[in-house]
Amino acid sequence: MNPFQYSKPDTVQAAIDLSSPVSRFIAGGTNLLDLMKENLARPAHLIDITGLPLADLSETPSGGVMIGALVSNADLAWHPWIERRYPLLSQAILAGASPQLRNMASTGGNLLQRTRCYYFYDASVPCNKRQPGSGCPALSGLNRIHAIFGASDQCVATHPSDMCVALAALEAVVHVLGRGGARTIEFADFHRLPGDAPERDNQLADDELITGIELPAAGFAEHSHYLKIRDRASYAFALVSVAAALELDGPVIRQARLALGGVAHKPWRDRAVESWLRGQTVSRETFATAADALLQNAEPLEHNGFKVRLARRAIVRALSDAALGGQS
Amino acid sequence: MSATLSEATQASFVRHPIRLTLNGQVRELHVLPWTTLLDLLREQLDLVGSKKGCDHGQCGACTVLRDGKRTNACLTLAVMCDGAELTTIEGLAGDGALHPMQQAFIKHDAFQCGYCTPGQICSAVGLANEGRAQTAAQISELMSGNLCRCGAYNNIRAAIEEALPLCPQRQAEEGEQ
Amino acid sequence: MNAPSKSIGQPLDRVDGLLKVTGQARYAGEYPEDGLLHGSVVSGTVARGRVLRIDASRALALPGVVAVIDHTNRPRIASYDEPYQDADAADGSPFRPLYNDEVLYSGQPLALVVADNLELARYAGSLIEIEYEAQDHQTDLTILQSEAHPAPAELPKPRGNFQGEYASAALGVDVSYSTPIEHHNPMEPHASTVLYQPDGSLHIHDKTQGTQNCQAYVQKVFGLEKEQVRVFAAFVGGAFGSGLRPQYQLPLAVMAALTLKRSVRVSLTRQQMFTFGYRPRTFQRLQLGAAANGRLLAVAHSAVGQTSRFEDFTEHVVEWSGMLYHCDNVELTYKLVPLDVYTPLDMRAPGAALGLIGLECAMDELACALAIDPVQLRLINYAERNENEGKPYSSKELRECYAQGARRFGWDKRNPEPRSMREGRQLVGWGMAGGVWEAMQQKASAKASLDASGKLTVSSATTDIGTGTYTVMTQIAAQTAGVSVEDVTFVLGDSSLPTAPLQGGSFTVSSVGTAVQQACEALKEKLLAVAWQTCPDFSGATLEQVTFADGQLRFGEASVALAELAQNSAETPVQAQVTAEPDEKRNAYATATHSAVFVEVWVDEDLGTVKVNRVVSAIAAGRVINPKTARSQILGGVVWGIGMALHEETLTDHALGRHMNHNLAEYHVPVNADIGEIDVVFVEEYDEIVNALGSKGVGEIGIVGVAAAVANAIYHATGKRVRDFPITLDKLL
Repeated sequence: MNPFQYSKPDTVQAAIDLSSPVSRFIAGGTNLLDLMKENLARPAHLIDITGLPLADLSETPSGGVMIGALVSNADLAWHPWIERRYPLLSQAILAGASPQLRNMASTGGNLLQRTRCYYFYDASVPCNKRQPGSGCPALSGLNRIHAIFGASDQCVATHPSDMCVALAALEAVVHVLGRGGARTIEFADFHRLPGDAPERDNQLADDELITGIELPAAGFAEHSHYLKIRDRASYAFALVSVAAALELDGPVIRQARLALGGVAHKPWRDRAVESWLRGQTVSRETFATAADALLQNAEPLEHNGFKVRLARRAIVRALSDAALGGQS
Repeated sequence: MSATLSEATQASFVRHPIRLTLNGQVRELHVLPWTTLLDLLREQLDLVGSKKGCDHGQCGACTVLRDGKRTNACLTLAVMCDGAELTTIEGLAGDGALHPMQQAFIKHDAFQCGYCTPGQICSAVGLANEGRAQTAAQISELMSGNLCRCGAYNNIRAAIEEALPLCPQRQAEEGEQ
Repeated sequence: MNAPSKSIGQPLDRVDGLLKVTGQARYAGEYPEDGLLHGSVVSGTVARGRVLRIDASRALALPGVVAVIDHTNRPRIASYDEPYQDADAADGSPFRPLYNDEVLYSGQPLALVVADNLELARYAGSLIEIEYEAQDHQTDLTILQSEAHPAPAELPKPRGNFQGEYASAALGVDVSYSTPIEHHNPMEPHASTVLYQPDGSLHIHDKTQGTQNCQAYVQKVFGLEKEQVRVFAAFVGGAFGSGLRPQYQLPLAVMAALTLKRSVRVSLTRQQMFTFGYRPRTFQRLQLGAAANGRLLAVAHSAVGQTSRFEDFTEHVVEWSGMLYHCDNVELTYKLVPLDVYTPLDMRAPGAALGLIGLECAMDELACALAIDPVQLRLINYAERNENEGKPYSSKELRECYAQGARRFGWDKRNPEPRSMREGRQLVGWGMAGGVWEAMQQKASAKASLDASGKLTVSSATTDIGTGTYTVMTQIAAQTAGVSVEDVTFVLGDSSLPTAPLQGGSFTVSSVGTAVQQACEALKEKLLAVAWQTCPDFSGATLEQVTFADGQLRFGEASVALAELAQNSAETPVQAQVTAEPDEKRNAYATATHSAVFVEVWVDEDLGTVKVNRVVSAIAAGRVINPKTARSQILGGVVWGIGMALHEETLTDHALGRHMNHNLAEYHVPVNADIGEIDVVFVEEYDEIVNALGSKGVGEIGIVGVAAAVANAIYHATGKRVRDFPITLDKLL
């Protein structure tokens, strides 16, 4: 780790005032310190935000829940409101990382996790995300874990979070505060596709701080399921994950949400497929048709073609389990 | 001082005072901002029971209890532990008596080389505090943040199953975050 | 627990358990000293080439950075290969860290930054700039396969007429398998703490499986006197082979200590644990020809493994195919391909863990082709003798392993049809395989010493890498000398102690255990001689007539405390040191451990995820000294086998010539949730040939065959034969 200056402000405004292009906010530190030890991040100034009053959950006027950015992943997953009203989110969080990391990691920080691409994580090899213009060895190299959607010729990395996949499906809203004031960002817009600026993972400006994540009232508690598929039974990043949420009227689908993890630079949603599902009847065929439609735009690389087959089956499985009540 | 360091960086060579409770004792320390809790314990306080298996939160060997919750000491900055209550493997045993988890690990031979063991035991005590594991499968899943390369997983599971009911239930205090 | 008079065979808790569960056991990188310096290794980033320039100026400018050592300013080290040869060296020219400007592989240590503290050393290392002249490299075994050369290994000569018999066999199986690079990844990263003594000698705490191997290496490489170097390894946080050779952090730490005349510690990072030895990638081809009744008529096993450009690493990959089954027509070949990589290194059951994948998967394929039960096929071809060596076995209870393992598992309820068993969405598969490992013994020494209070201290320079050496040697000593285990201290991990071989190959109990036993026997002779002198009741008593038990020497009605004998001895403590060698009667026999492994897998029919739900491992390894620690060894071996089958693979980007998943997040070792029930059965096996203890060692046999059994179970579950390991879910979709 490089030497850096450390400050611990008491107020959100003070934290923002302290921020600069060479500073970084730190809360759980589970990803930032990892990156700093790998020499992938070298901030000159760490602003410790754990003293800020952002560690609570509260109900919103519209019947949703506002999650303070500093609520730990574990506290969030096991919060009675979340377990009862948003089990999809709870399941997704518990599918990620380890109990220790979930105790440490914050809700806001989870959104800012960087990719697990092998090349990004090795400072001695080229990587456009780390060093713009240096190249992307994953394009023709080890790309079994890489993106099948939305990649560019600059970057084929995936977003590693499980929680974010559920937040995407739940259409959460990210609340941020910066020098220019407060603003909200729809979850779908928060993360970026790599395009020709893969160094930028999301829409957050340097001086902006995530203050909270707002969950809309609709939690799909009756019919949702998070399915994660990985190379070992636990403590591994997703090869493919699916957050499936349905609102049913008998066998008829009134509302459908479907987000995929491990397949793109951001949690992947396909609104056309979701809207096609509305009004359909729950059946394996319906779900298979939806999966096929979603995957027809997949662009696999040399070693990750299996993700297309896997995602298809995972979508069918996750939607089926969601329809059944999501507990299996 | 070197030209490679910015003025801001030089200023930050200042050590920060922190006060924490470590294994029941209040300690007042001065730490550099980039010193991790793990390096503080191992390098400065000679508490080498917390192990460095990966230094990146990928193995769990550094697990300690912070305010009753299991935490990777390698990804925790010491300076951010101001006010924390920390328990490491060295502080688990009471007066002359092993913690039930330590006892069970010996009885079930839940380790071989012993390097992951302090982290496993602290993690298991954290698991007990959480009160979320009832079945062997839940123990397995919730102990998966602690790698054991000797492959003692079955014995670790057996030790925890036996010791869980004997662990004083502690509802982890609400942390600062 | 109370010491039974017979401590051998008891499930004694580990004698070092208390230290390990309280965090008091210190490992190599955990010895503090005021003013200790910290070294951080700077690793190379190209696979082949030359170092043109190392710019350390930014690092050296930092206050607290003491030195940057590279090939241009290192202290004098030996300039020939010989001083670098070690007890586990491969044929060729051993790697010499910081020797010159040549880059032989990606990740090679090219400089050592030494600083006042660890964080500073790491940070300073990141500021060092290295300019290379990169040269073309090749790290892909696939590409150079055709250029393989015969391995410098003594393979059994072909016997009979393989080609002819294979061609005319009723049924032939001709299958190929590939296995990936795997890294040992013990939980403790390699570390060396060199404590510079006032007289200039070095006390080194090293992570090693051989204190004397490292002692000799440092002495020779740096041209020191024997008494100037002493190596300790009281606790070793796993090794699995990674500590069989001195690893580069050791000479680097010594270089710094000698240069600066200060104490220095060098610990490798987890990433750097991927920059030295590993289990090599192999391609294997098995050709089995059989009669319709299942009799093997022809067996050929050929293997191609990777090695470095500087050493030919060999292991026993194919020999097993000439000994596990009876067959008169056998052809074994083993070739190597040198690549721009580091030399592979023995890793838990080296060779056998690989070769038995090929052999035991091919046997399963043959069983399917013949429609014969896999256990039955193995019984039909049971080898009574080791046909490679033409010798009978000193003992071999493999039949009992098959029988007891099958019974415990419930194998008789197996429907042989693939995809015939399921639980909901999970396809259930049952598979099995056999395993074999040599039961070797090496020359070893031990010293036994009884003090005036009746406490027995036994010592040998061996190590305890988690295997339970402290504990089982205590048991052997206690029983042999007739004292309680509480009165025994076993001391190890110090190169100045009586000579011990490397701790590897499952031969520590056989070698060091025999030395401990003999040292205690010799001690008893001395104690009896004291009794002759000091206790009239004992005059004339022979060793055969007296008993040593419960800390007493007894002869008829007379008894005397051993402590009293030690007090009355002309020399206190009473000491005896012996060197034990393999008994000549072993020469007429082949000696081996065997296993039968039965595995149940659940494979998700849609998603391809595999769970090894339960395993029964039946082991024949002679007498079990401590069933508790021995069981743990087998459990660990099974977990390793599951990792081999499903998870472990070091990924190399061949364009960059570099391992890319060099961390524990992307190099997957099994986690707790991956491991189902494991049932270990020790089959009774009596052996008075192998050594006086009748014990063969269990460190390796637990892994052998497991990966094949898992693969065979996956076939049974899914009807898919995956021959490219590890069997990740993408291969099952």
